[in-house]
Amino acid sequence: MRDLVLAIVTLALGLIAPAGAFEIEEERIFGAPQGRELSIISTTDVPAIAPVMEAFVRHRPEARIRYMQAASTEVFRAIHDEQAEIDLVMSSAMDLQMRLANDGFAAPISPEIDGLPDWARWRDQLFGVALEPVLTLASRRGLGDLAPPRTRRDLIAMLREHPDRFDGRVATYDPQSSGVGYFLISQDSSQSDSFWRLAEVMGRLNTRLYCCSGEMINDLRSGRITIAYNVVASYAARYAPDDPDLIRLALEDYTFAIQRSALVPVNAPDPEYATEMLSFLLTPEAQAIMAESSGVALIPGTGPAASVHLRPVRLDAGLLVYGDQLRRGNLLAEWTAAMVQP
Amino acid sequence: MRRFLAARSTGFSLRGRLVWQFVALSLVLVVALFFAVRLAAERASRASQDAVLGAAVIAVADAIRPVDDGLAFDLPYAAFSMLGAMGNERIFYSLSIGPRHVSGYEDLPPPPVPAEALSPVFYSADYGVNRLRLASVTRRVLLEDSLREVTVVLGQTRYGQALIARDTARIAAWVGMGFLLLAVPMALLAARAVIGPVDLLAEAVTRRGPQDLRPVRHPAPRELLPLVGALNGFIARLRGALQMAETFIFEAAHRIRTPLSLVRTEAEIALAETSDEATRIRLRRMLRAIGESSRSASQILDHATVLYRSEQFEPEPVDLAALAAGVLRALEPVAEMREIAFVASGLDQPVRVQGDGRMLEVALRNILDNALKYSHDEGRIFVALRRQDGRTELTVEDEGRGLSPDDGDLSGRFRRGSNVGEIVGSGLGLTIIEEAATAHGGSFSLKPRAEKGACAILSLPSSPSPSA
Repeated sequence: MRDLVLAIVTLALGLIAPAGAFEIEEERIFGAPQGRELSIISTTDVPAIAPVMEAFVRHRPEARIRYMQAASTEVFRAIHDEQAEIDLVMSSAMDLQMRLANDGFAAPISPEIDGLPDWARWRDQLFGVALEPVLTLASRRGLGDLAPPRTRRDLIAMLREHPDRFDGRVATYDPQSSGVGYFLISQDSSQSDSFWRLAEVMGRLNTRLYCCSGEMINDLRSGRITIAYNVVASYAARYAPDDPDLIRLALEDYTFAIQRSALVPVNAPDPEYATEMLSFLLTPEAQAIMAESSGVALIPGTGPAASVHLRPVRLDAGLLVYGDQLRRGNLLAEWTAAMVQP
Repeated sequence: MRRFLAARSTGFSLRGRLVWQFVALSLVLVVALFFAVRLAAERASRASQDAVLGAAVIAVADAIRPVDDGLAFDLPYAAFSMLGAMGNERIFYSLSIGPRHVSGYEDLPPPPVPAEALSPVFYSADYGVNRLRLASVTRRVLLEDSLREVTVVLGQTRYGQALIARDTARIAAWVGMGFLLLAVPMALLAARAVIGPVDLLAEAVTRRGPQDLRPVRHPAPRELLPLVGALNGFIARLRGALQMAETFIFEAAHRIRTPLSLVRTEAEIALAETSDEATRIRLRRMLRAIGESSRSASQILDHATVLYRSEQFEPEPVDLAALAAGVLRALEPVAEMREIAFVASGLDQPVRVQGDGRMLEVALRNILDNALKYSHDEGRIFVALRRQDGRTELTVEDEGRGLSPDDGDLSGRFRRGSNVGEIVGSGLGLTIIEEAATAHGGSFSLKPRAEKGACAILSLPSSPSPSA
């Protein structure tokens, strides 16, 4: 336990310490080479966002978008620690985005937000742009004759009853290394007590922990795992658009939907253009493109309606508590205790 | 403009002063309202936000619990969510064990006095560029076999609170401005209501006739009573002075008349007894001057009578026909001397008017005397009395020299026509008639006739009694 806390502190220090420039995974230019430049840093990967960006430059031939994709912690670091001059920041890590807004890094802006629900904005600084349901994926082949679970209780019962079939074949994010993974288990733990029972069952089955959605989905499709718990839906849509073997389970006791949110940093070189981009992201046109991959529309009427089981996570000051070092340490300790069983 | 004729302006208007004072007072009230509302709103929102902040810091402190190997701290989501809902604020917190920072934001300003366990300490401090309102509680926790003090500090900016106070105050200011706009017509109205009685009083005094020296009995507000009292005192003094002057004139005329008639008798006797032609001429001149003087004295007496009686005017039914017939009879000898004939009509039946018999008699005598005076010898004087359109008119026409067209108004005291020639007269006759007519609510006019002579018309309101 001590060691674990130490490890977390070291990790946190590692993130905070000035370790040079933030890391970018991919960079892409959209639009005219000599246009009015709009720089965006985002956690959404390029293939997913490309149709939206292309639609934007189609409407504005003078635009030149420099799109940088990075991990959520890198996005946070770029703005919070390095104060990089970027026009628009998009991230699915709601707690980090909220931290940026609370710490004064988000400029007050007034984009056109027709139809945007109240819970999808934080004052005039942070705006939800897409809903991303968090699903459980299952392989039809792997399940065999078992009926797909409809609730977490079903899932727990199924895993308990067939330890031989699921041993080493259940996957989820590693909350130690994945920001989204940590955020999701903290949501889970505050939402229901049955989560810890699930965690214990998963721990007994030697659950495999992944850093990223892509690998998890690849392993699922190649048959190495059968169940992937807590996968962001848009990734599933992207990596396996129409794999007949893949079952997308929106568990009926509750299915989270996290929000991809956007803010304009206070030191943005062109805040007006960034606001214009944000307004565009909230138009029915852009919303329809994004709803296609996530399966649910953020603004009602621009895509598939949300199911009754869907629980969108609000943009709320309460999100600040997830960044607390002690809270994080306690939660991860509990998670590790469930995972690593004697 | 007549009413301001004698007044000297002090350079300001009561109405203007009232309006400006009202508006200035309103302005002061509006400014006071703005600041009072702002202060109250600031206090109220600060108190409510402090209450939420205090509850939140206690909730955070309650989330601290010692576990086997250290401190468990489950930062409560709801506390932050509540704080975030309280307007446009940023939230900061820190957790420290003793002097060592453990979690949250570093370098948050510590409380000025050591915080207690149950009631939070509130304080304001600067953190970076932000002015924060902070609350802090301290809990004693058993850690590694020793009692340690764990301090929780929770702070938030108060930009939203200031904004709320400013907005509330701005609304109050707008309401105040509306009131101010309304205050101008209200002030005008109020000033009018206040000044109104003064205007009414002034008008009542202005409307009075030139002879009207009765005390002012117009209803006046309490504040104006001293002014009315002073005015009435002044009127009373004026009236006393006038009465004294009139009495003096009356007395003087009376005293002059008696010796004059003595002198006249003596002169007439002397004229009868002397045969020296030069003396006779002189005596005749004397008699003439004496006649003129005694006539003037009579007329002054008449004038004084009319003035006196019009002041104490108490109308009673008077038979104007009988009155006129009486005056004609009295003047008959003088007319006969100059072979002038009176042609009267409408005097054979009573014609009643409401009036003062003595005054009317004086007026009639003066009218007829005038006609007689300006008639040629052997001429005729037509006297007609008739009712017409609810008025009673006495018309006296002579065949004398008439009037000069450019004489205008002859009714002023001691004014006489330009063509009177050698005819004796004081110029008071027309004044007497005019004043008597006015006292009766009637009128008198003297106009030239078409061919020759003049036409005098005394017009009086008819008595409402059906005796005519």
